[in-house]
Amino acid sequence: MNILAYIIQKEFIQIIRNKAILPMMTVLPIVQLIVLSNAASNEVKNVNVVVVDMDQSESSRTLNHKIIANDRITLVATSFNTNEAYFYLQENTSDIVIEIPPNFENDYINGKQPKIQLLVNATNGQQAIVGSGYLKAIVASFNAKLIQKVIPDISISKQSNTTISSRYWYNPELKYTHFMAPGILAQLTALLTIILSAMNVVREREVGTIEQINVTPLKKWQFILGKLIPFLCIGLVLFTVGIIASKLIFNIPILGNLLLLFGYTTLNIIAVLGLGLLISNFADTQQQAIFIAFFFIIIFVLMSGLFTPIDSMPKWAQQLTIGNPLAHFISVSRKVLMKGSGFWNIRFEFLYTFILAFIFNGLAVWSYKKQV
Amino acid sequence: MDAITVEHITKKYGDVLALNDVSFTVGKGELFGLIGPDGAGKSTLFRILTTLLLADKGKGTVAGHPIVNEYKEIRKKVGYMPGRFSLYQDLSIEENLSFFATIFGTTVEDNYDLIKDIYVQIEPFKKRLAGKLSGGMKQKLALCCALIHKPEVLFLDEPTTGVDAVSRVEFWDMLKKLKTKGIAILVSTPYMDEATLCDRIALIQNGEILKIDSPQQMISNFEKPLFSINSTETYRLLNYLRVQNFTESVLPFGENLHLITNEPYEASQIEYHLKIAGFSDNTAKTIQPTVEDIFLDISQPVN
Repeated sequence: MNILAYIIQKEFIQIIRNKAILPMMTVLPIVQLIVLSNAASNEVKNVNVVVVDMDQSESSRTLNHKIIANDRITLVATSFNTNEAYFYLQENTSDIVIEIPPNFENDYINGKQPKIQLLVNATNGQQAIVGSGYLKAIVASFNAKLIQKVIPDISISKQSNTTISSRYWYNPELKYTHFMAPGILAQLTALLTIILSAMNVVREREVGTIEQINVTPLKKWQFILGKLIPFLCIGLVLFTVGIIASKLIFNIPILGNLLLLFGYTTLNIIAVLGLGLLISNFADTQQQAIFIAFFFIIIFVLMSGLFTPIDSMPKWAQQLTIGNPLAHFISVSRKVLMKGSGFWNIRFEFLYTFILAFIFNGLAVWSYKKQV
Repeated sequence: MDAITVEHITKKYGDVLALNDVSFTVGKGELFGLIGPDGAGKSTLFRILTTLLLADKGKGTVAGHPIVNEYKEIRKKVGYMPGRFSLYQDLSIEENLSFFATIFGTTVEDNYDLIKDIYVQIEPFKKRLAGKLSGGMKQKLALCCALIHKPEVLFLDEPTTGVDAVSRVEFWDMLKKLKTKGIAILVSTPYMDEATLCDRIALIQNGEILKIDSPQQMISNFEKPLFSINSTETYRLLNYLRVQNFTESVLPFGENLHLITNEPYEASQIEYHLKIAGFSDNTAKTIQPTVEDIFLDISQPVN
């Protein structure tokens, strides 16, 4: 026990003397939180539209006005020529071209169902889908009004009055930062701890100290635990700094039990550290370790549900996320902070993370050989 | 009981034979030197004996324990100083020392008498980080750390490589003192001049032991006629001697040439012969061989 305490003490001395770690623990997370939470937004706030009105009737102009009146839509140009409108798409100055055919109004009155065409620049899928959604909604409401106007006494208009009113629970104002900050917090903590631990053992190998350590009666578990505990502390400090920063800057909701969240965080950091140590055991140089760690980090982050919902992934990818500690971390962080979930609501995350922690650390202890 | 026994140890890295059927023993309180050039297999042998590496063939014991089965016991009883400085560069002298004392389950105070002579030399800098020490001080600190748990056997892999001449002399003085405390020391060095400071030496090259004996015995057993020749035209003389019938080998040694002849001659005979051959200004004298002469004589010729 005395030996373990001494190793931990030594590790802390080294961490404090490392000039890069302290700013990494404090400044970096805050900067990332601010930048990412504000910038990494999925909301489509501006759609550039070109209108090709070949009808020039009262109805088509009304539709035109309705489109311009929407504050998320910017009218880039109007044109009478479809080819000219294509040019705007090609130049990326426009996201969508809306084409109103000639005889639009006449056809409508004559019951011929005229077709409005949307040409959508789908190179940015998100922008395309959301943008065309906005326009469809505008056209639909225009449609309803047009029916009323043309055939004012028809009963259809009254039947179609079913409206949907949504209330957004857990994030009533749909604040994007409230949704992003808890996720980014989890991602930052996992990311830093995995890198720190992956670099550490391999550093001892690179500098040569491991050769000296190996010819001592020091036990494997003492060595590994001596590495785990200091990094666990760093991870928890980082998480705490992050929560305080998110509360102060974004005023994120903290509805759940913080002790539960920290309990889960501890378990998750242990799992991630185990993976870091495992990487470290298989790498010969810090450079190699960083590359391997990077491979995992990219997959973990992109498949974590931080930016794209896990539910919209293909089935196999959804199942893969069970092995992704970051996905569980982000899920727990959002559930506990935003929904105030209790232990029962996050029991599966606890279970999966526990299994991952067991596997990663077991492999790390097993693969660490006190030999060259 | 011998401190170290090595029997027929063989180790291959892929196709490269790092150690080939190596056998020797080191007694208690003996200072045993492994003398050989870089790449001879010295570090590999150290790693096998310090239980960091498994041999392909052969057996060995350290402090009475077989190196494979009882490696845990060995790790408690040996001190190891790897060829590369391998203490924590970001810890101070004190911190390194007490760290290694602690992981061996002891304290600096308990074994202070053993390291005292060495430690007092670096104590004024005890707050300095190990990475900021000079080469000689680093080696002294490494030796302290290797000794802090009172090992029975000490393994020093090229402890004086990269250390200045004065520190090297000091270092060997320390080893002599440690020997008197009953610690067996296996030390490797590429410097032939350090060989005479050992009780016994093994000359090693390309993974094979060429000869084992005390350096004094090796020197007195050397029976070939050896001359040191000084000339103003060293290079031309070297080329000339290489092709003579009486030459067994001739090699440059600093300013002089060391010549081994295949039959006994007087130094004056050599001088006279060379004068006639046109080397007007030269002196030759019969000399005692150094370990280097012996090593070069028995080692495989380098093409």
